[in-house]
Amino acid sequence: MDRPLRLIATNPVDRLARTVEALLVVASQPLDVAELAAAADDEPERVETALGLLAERYREGRSGVVLERVAGGWAFRAAREAADACARLFERPVQRGLSGAALETLAIVAYLGPCTRPDIARIRGVAADSAVAGLVERGLIAEAGRDDAAGGAVRYRTTPLFERVFGLESLSELPRLDDLGGDADEIRERLHAVAEKRPA
Amino acid sequence: MVVRELELDLDAFEGPFDLLLTLVLKEELDLAEVDVAGVVLAFVERLTHRDELDLDACGEFLVLVSALLELKARGLFPDEDAELADLEPEEAAEELARRLAAYRRMKEAATWLAERLEAERDRFFRVGPAPLAPRAEPRLAPQEPAQLAAALRALAVEPPPVSLRHMALRFPPVAQFLERFRAILRRRRRFDFDVEVGALSRVEQAVAFLALLELRKADEITIAQAAPFAPIRVASGEERSSGDERRAEWTVHSA
Repeated sequence: MDRPLRLIATNPVDRLARTVEALLVVASQPLDVAELAAAADDEPERVETALGLLAERYREGRSGVVLERVAGGWAFRAAREAADACARLFERPVQRGLSGAALETLAIVAYLGPCTRPDIARIRGVAADSAVAGLVERGLIAEAGRDDAAGGAVRYRTTPLFERVFGLESLSELPRLDDLGGDADEIRERLHAVAEKRPA
Repeated sequence: MVVRELELDLDAFEGPFDLLLTLVLKEELDLAEVDVAGVVLAFVERLTHRDELDLDACGEFLVLVSALLELKARGLFPDEDAELADLEPEEAAEELARRLAAYRRMKEAATWLAERLEAERDRFFRVGPAPLAPRAEPRLAPQEPAQLAAALRALAVEPPPVSLRHMALRFPPVAQFLERFRAILRRRRRFDFDVEVGALSRVEQAVAFLALLELRKADEITIAQAAPFAPIRVASGEERSSGDERRAEWTVHSA
């Protein structure tokens, strides 16, 4: 199906593409252009060109392996049509049984991170310790320094694994909070309505 | 019906109501984990099993549970009581609304994440511990060999020997004083300890005193002192011990 194999050897970008392809196969995490360029010992611009070439070759529907831009870099994953077969072969402990509390905590860390457990507890209204511990264990969030205040609490941020599991190119791909229902005015009106009913 | 004896079966606690209160007040049970609604349910269930309405019990229960709820609410916002207390009611309502809105946005975000997770459930990729090679360390600026050598020389200087002089506490052996005191007692029956050791150093005096105790232990001498810090008088023990023997004989004979 893919004829140009013979041509590849003569084209220098194709040669670089094969190197980049090899690097992506051995990597267990997404590689960004700078990392690829450093490892391939080549220009970042040329690496981008090579990645474009590879992305076309490894795209959904054409190949069982798909090259995608994810978590701030490039990585191979299985084609979606092979998902059922993959599911029979692998478990995905990272995703399995994420509770509502865990997802809320994850959302807070993703949007407001790096943030501390007290920060999370303040928003959710309940202690966040076990939810945070569970997410750390799954590798979806990780420690990121300490709060500036004296005896500062540990701060957490999401990991590249989080972006990969959720298929995000970066955290900026999360929907804007304003777009997500949170209608402060409506709540405020309801509170005022209750306050007015109360006998003075 | 006694409210205190209300049996509870909650996730965080199992037992009578008064024990729950005690544990909470002693801070052995985190109120945040107690399902207060569960407590109320248990009470209401108990109520329905009885025909008459026990107003006293209901009143007592209401007071206790509302106190419990307030305590729980305060516990959930530990730092913010003071913060909110300073605000005017109007501002407090604003603040509360702001917080509720913030929470609601996060809840929406969580819902979005859950949907996203469901949509991406057919993503499979390799996750493995294959660390990348460490990045090349930035090279040090060129160094002047003579300067490095000088720096090293400063480090390589032999440190000054540690003086042990302050540790050289030389003790004359106790035996020396044993002999000396025995010799004195051979010459005369008694002597004054303070006079004998008056010219010695402090350490030697201490050792001499140990020797004195040694001799006393062996019953070779008797020691007498009129009052604390008074001169210590030492006498040969033979006289006294022979006297004791005599008295023992006498006692035996008389018996």
